[in-house]
Amino acid sequence: MSKIIEGLKYSESHEWVKVEGGVAVVGVTDFAQKEMGDITYVDMPDVDDEVTAGEEFGALESVKAASDLISPVSGKVVEVNEALDDTPELVNEDAFENWIIKVEMSDPSELDALMDAAAYKEHIGE
Amino acid sequence: MKYYDKLVFELSQKGRVGYSLPVNRFPAAPELPNELKREVSPDLPEISEPDVVRHYTNLSQMNFGVDTGFYPLGSCTMKYNPKVNEEVAALPGFTGLHPLMHAGLTKGALKVYQEMDKALAAITGMAAFTFDPCAGAHGELTGLMVMRQYHMNRGDLARTKVIVPDSAHGTNPASAAVCGLEIVEVKSLENGRVDVEALKPLLDGTIAGMMMTNPNTLGLFETQIKEITELVHAAGGLMYYDGANMNPLMGVVRPGDMGFDIMHLNLHKTFSTPHGGGGPGSGPVGVAAHLVDCLPDLRVSGFHGNFGVILRAYAYILMLGKQNLKKVGQYSVLSANYIKECLKDAYKLPIEGVCKHEFVFDGLINDGAHDEVHGATTLDVAKRLLDFGFHAPTIYFPLLFHQALMIEPTETESKETIDAFIDVMHKIAAEAAEDPRILQDAPHGAPIKRPDETAAARNPILKFKDAR
Repeated sequence: MSKIIEGLKYSESHEWVKVEGGVAVVGVTDFAQKEMGDITYVDMPDVDDEVTAGEEFGALESVKAASDLISPVSGKVVEVNEALDDTPELVNEDAFENWIIKVEMSDPSELDALMDAAAYKEHIGE
Repeated sequence: MKYYDKLVFELSQKGRVGYSLPVNRFPAAPELPNELKREVSPDLPEISEPDVVRHYTNLSQMNFGVDTGFYPLGSCTMKYNPKVNEEVAALPGFTGLHPLMHAGLTKGALKVYQEMDKALAAITGMAAFTFDPCAGAHGELTGLMVMRQYHMNRGDLARTKVIVPDSAHGTNPASAAVCGLEIVEVKSLENGRVDVEALKPLLDGTIAGMMMTNPNTLGLFETQIKEITELVHAAGGLMYYDGANMNPLMGVVRPGDMGFDIMHLNLHKTFSTPHGGGGPGSGPVGVAAHLVDCLPDLRVSGFHGNFGVILRAYAYILMLGKQNLKKVGQYSVLSANYIKECLKDAYKLPIEGVCKHEFVFDGLINDGAHDEVHGATTLDVAKRLLDFGFHAPTIYFPLLFHQALMIEPTETESKETIDAFIDVMHKIAAEAAEDPRILQDAPHGAPIKRPDETAAARNPILKFKDAR
């Protein structure tokens, strides 16, 4: 059973969003980290890069596979979690605690297209 | 197996010389200017001849290859490499060649290229081949550059996307990305084939083409291939054939007849040249008649690719001839289906039906899990196989299944070898049901047990000096 947190928004490609004012904190879900297995590298954008909802902004690499990270929102990257550069395993340890990027949203209405916890739970079949 | 893990540098003794040069009868060359000289001498091993010979012989005995045992590594086509190929490649007329020789002195080699061009065109239904690419992925990139060139020549610059099935070899999207194209994924159906209904809405004026492997990575023939190629052509796109899985089709079906416009072949797979351990490979690219003009004028490798590999493949084609090339395809399919049917009582077969040269199990049916013990995984099965002297199959690919175990026996194994493998796979399944720990502690006999792949990926040690 994967951990799902109430109050967050979820994408079909297994990213979560926590809204802090106009900023979206983005990470991957516990389900995603379990599917990937031991994560060996997190490819992240740079601060000030623009990201677009539905398009890739980076990638996760594990022993098993590499998987694109898809941005759930559009906007400008204001912070990246630099700790993941040297310790990508943090994503395995706690996927919700260890966010990946923070985005200053250009269109907060995009959040409406995302799932809530209950819908995401159904999405992953748990 | 005798364990041996020394590095040649560790055998080095300062000042030891393992050669003697004749006396120099020529005047000494002028000294190099200082700015061209190294500041520090290169760190080269200094060893006697017997020590060098023992070192590499010992290392070679740590190796496993098709010459030492059964190697059912799915997707890699580890068929036996006939020794006659080596004899031909060792002929002095070929070994004495130099790529910068005057054309008048290289006519034999040029004829090999011409004859191979004709032979591969006949086998695949393409019009012409380029032999420059040195491997499969290199061929993919070259082929996609041809695709891009075709659209550019027509002034159609909007076509920037390539469709790739979700079951594709990882090299397909990677090659498309390197070529500057955007990747669009198309889903597979429950039966493992491309979902034609999901493909249709993707086809518009932005599609440069579609890449496919047929049979696909599950070893299944794409039965709707004609419809797929017609749809993509109708939308103005080109079809790219990834030749990695050409073996079962050899002499039976031709990619050109299925509607493919561009393709590569892996001579080191289908045409029996040595591979594994990183090469050398050869990935010639073939194109249909309407694309011959787009074949690269620009060279994509030095000196027309790996000539020695192309030569070996030519020997293979001549030795087999048309009749026996067909048997390659047929026997590779027979061997794979025989193993699949014999083992599906012990291993989960996610998609029933006839496969081509390879197939995928999704782990053990009875993995032995109960309250106290975890079940045995595909990794455990693969590790246990090593104890019985078999190379492990490909594992955890394709990603469509969680416990994928991909077996490709090829056409060159005897029934006795295949039966021995089936017996061992049954024995391993029985062990797992009884006590999965036997598998989880495997390999029991190999010099290296279970390397920590995660630590290796997170902190790769890339220099021998850092390894000790």
